[in-house]
Amino acid sequence: MNTEHIVGKSVPRKEGRDKVTGRSQYVDDMVLPNMLFGATVRSQIARGHIRKITFDPDVAWDEFVIVSAKDIPGKNCIALIGDDQPCLATDVVNHPEEPILLLAHPDRHVLATAVQAVSIEHGALPGIFSIEESERRSEIIWGKDNVFKTYVIEKGDPDSVWAKADYIVEGEYSTGAQEQLYIENNGMIATFDAAQGITVWGSLQCPYYIHKALMALCNLPAEKVRVVQMETGGAFGGKEEYPSMIAAHAALLAIKAGRPVKIIYDRLEDMAATTKRHPSRTRHRTAVSRDGKILGGEIDFTIDGGAYLTLSPVVLSRGAIHAGGPYYWPSVRIRAKAVATNAPPHGAFRGFGAPQSLFAMERHMDRIAQTVGLSPVEIRRRNFLQPGETTTTEQVIREPINLGELLDRALLVSEYHSKKRRFASENPVGTNRKGVGIAAFLHGAGFTGSGERYLSSVVGVEGCPDGKVRVLVSSTEFGQGTKTVLSQIAAEALGLPYESVSIAQPDTREVPNSGPTVASRTVMVVGKLVQSAALGIAQTLILSRLLHEGYSADEFRTACQQHVAKHGQFRCWSRYEAPSGIFWDDEQYRGEAYAAFAWAVYIAEVTVDLTTYSVSVDDFVALQEVGKVLHPTLARGQIIGGVAQGIGFSLYEKVIWQNGRMQNGQMTNYIMPTSSDLPPIRVFFEELGNVHGAYGAKGIGELPMDGPAPAIVNAVEDALGVPFDSVPLLPEDIMDRLNMDGLNKDGLAASLEQHNASSAAEADD
Amino acid sequence: MTDPRRSLAKSEISFTVNGELRKVRAYPMERLLDVLRHQLELTGAKEGCGEGECGSCSVLMNGALVNSCLVPVLQAAATSIVTIEGLSSGEQLHDLQKAFLEWGGAQCGICTPGMILAACHLLNGKPNPTLEEIREGLSGNLCRCTGYSQILEAVQEAARRRKRA
Repeated sequence: MNTEHIVGKSVPRKEGRDKVTGRSQYVDDMVLPNMLFGATVRSQIARGHIRKITFDPDVAWDEFVIVSAKDIPGKNCIALIGDDQPCLATDVVNHPEEPILLLAHPDRHVLATAVQAVSIEHGALPGIFSIEESERRSEIIWGKDNVFKTYVIEKGDPDSVWAKADYIVEGEYSTGAQEQLYIENNGMIATFDAAQGITVWGSLQCPYYIHKALMALCNLPAEKVRVVQMETGGAFGGKEEYPSMIAAHAALLAIKAGRPVKIIYDRLEDMAATTKRHPSRTRHRTAVSRDGKILGGEIDFTIDGGAYLTLSPVVLSRGAIHAGGPYYWPSVRIRAKAVATNAPPHGAFRGFGAPQSLFAMERHMDRIAQTVGLSPVEIRRRNFLQPGETTTTEQVIREPINLGELLDRALLVSEYHSKKRRFASENPVGTNRKGVGIAAFLHGAGFTGSGERYLSSVVGVEGCPDGKVRVLVSSTEFGQGTKTVLSQIAAEALGLPYESVSIAQPDTREVPNSGPTVASRTVMVVGKLVQSAALGIAQTLILSRLLHEGYSADEFRTACQQHVAKHGQFRCWSRYEAPSGIFWDDEQYRGEAYAAFAWAVYIAEVTVDLTTYSVSVDDFVALQEVGKVLHPTLARGQIIGGVAQGIGFSLYEKVIWQNGRMQNGQMTNYIMPTSSDLPPIRVFFEELGNVHGAYGAKGIGELPMDGPAPAIVNAVEDALGVPFDSVPLLPEDIMDRLNMDGLNKDGLAASLEQHNASSAAEADD
Repeated sequence: MTDPRRSLAKSEISFTVNGELRKVRAYPMERLLDVLRHQLELTGAKEGCGEGECGSCSVLMNGALVNSCLVPVLQAAATSIVTIEGLSSGEQLHDLQKAFLEWGGAQCGICTPGMILAACHLLNGKPNPTLEEIREGLSGNLCRCTGYSQILEAVQEAARRRKRA
């Protein structure tokens, strides 16, 4: 067996050559003979009845295939958690851009004009456009009370803490919607014939979500629905649930047309119609002792789910569980709620609720520090979770994490203390103010609670006729390096060179359901299954006496070839089994929420320009404990990319809403960071390992999204002495706030002095 | 139902693509991007925004970096165009492709063809760019995955290797 380790090495990306040569096939690169192009006619209003649909008589409609809800063979819904979201609206619409009709035509250029030539006469009803309006229930737009889902997490005796408190610290924090902004817009191709059923190829994260949705929509058995992932040009959660909608539309058109149909969204349609990060509001009320210890508190976490249920309950759950941050709460009550509004449904986006509630927690920690008169460093140090203590869901921290040491290392590498001293002396003069800010946080890997048990993922590894090995999973590659890392794991388990392992393109006809590619679960959960299925291959060969322990790569190849020659197809399967001793109570929302947490301390340095009110991030330190790093280049790429999206979330990316419709759905007016906007992002890893993950790995995909916003906004407060509690924080927000407070430059200097005086001398740290 | 891109009648337009003379019949106002992708089947150039913001449709036209979604094909007549497909020769990768592969410059890959052509254009004009010049030179090409660091490192590495060679 190969004794050289493959995990831990930066091997070449499996699909890397195709990507750098432009040979990779994305869905819009695929052309089928006789293919039509599809487009969607959408609602122009947020809420109301569909009274009448008229077709402009100047258009040759007989050239088009037209699909309405009447053409749906099965149930008119996009099956996911609930079945409330229609595939095509019939009588009422509940958000702008809700799909009503589908058109297909052989010439893609005539479609845009044809969509404009369909007019929908609506009977408008009043809409709900914010969390507050939804809570006031002036209109009931979903269920009985506009509430999709609530959770209460309760620990200790939160009502008794107020009497013991030396300080009660309150704050309200909010985060805006954020567009995933993958550079490849959504797209799907569908074909249908009676014998084969439906096949769709597309840009997607979760083949089996689409498989399930198409079975229900088309009333077809599992074997008559096939979903194939094409190379996917970025996803970040944005291609978790909405691709089911587009696949459904392409399938309906293909069934009616009897020809292949391709639907590719343009940027405007993708931005306006598909999901975004849930806007949120978090209220903290915290009882704190004189020495800065959290005694307990209440956290109200509310998210805007948009018009249909979709994934909001799951986003809410993750946000609620992360709301207490990496701190010890003797007592706490977390009330979480997802409410309905008449906006397109908000959905999955990297972090999935945690960036929202952790922004609030980490801003609130700075507010507590300010109130108590401790530094941001010291307040965190005094409240960090320690091994043996329990989280808000009473999960015992079993791993030997030392958050104080993590913090120390982050302070050291960021030169935090010397920067603090330098900025304190330099800030009073000139038109620039500089500050540093900290965020400490955690991110749970894998599905929450009993989620992985319900998913019951299956992975296959195949010994191929040529003696090589192939990994069979529905886990998708969309930039993170899924194919590379899962191949590394199989190669490591079998002691084979990385080149001897390939991985199947996700295709529901070929691969088992290894679960959705979400929730930072792929390397940890699916990777572990790949490891055990790969070991199954070696054991089978050894037990059948074709191979001996300590085999060479050549011996393995020969043995594998012999096995296939003798017995035919040679595959081993591995199904997820919950580790023993893991307990989760879905009713009480209590127990082991995640098999593992990744831990992090991020430190941002910013400059606020008092002439333009713009904030630039000058340096960013991202230090995290993520278990074992299986591929250093990919892992570092995940962290830097996540931090960059986090900087966008903090300072650039603002969705402008009007009556539930995005007004700035273009890259010219929805601004993401360019290469000249970003600071050096310095990445550091601690590697404690993890018994539940493949070769000690934890999930890392979502983690880096959680820290940047609070670290940056804390740094802005450090620079100006004025607190800000919302992201995105744009120059106009800073200008308005400073003008409102009547703070000119001299006033700011005074405010800063007062701010510094009330937080204790940093020299104590 | 007239598409402004088709307001003028189709005509024959010829230009050089990746060293080969190509003739197409196209509407003069049709986008170069569509002609490359649909008629010439060169799908390495991608459409990300259709308005010249994202740079994923970047190609080189007479050595200049252009967004092919903003170029009417008429304007490409008699020019020499290089797309991502023209950089590698057979299985031999271009030095920038190699550096992107090794340094993690490509994640999802959708911006990669345009980004590599932008880097190519940058190094053609500035063989020894500073980090700031690379940041500036690539700032017309958006990448949502990498946060750019590993792209910048790949370009720096390619420049270093050229100097050594």
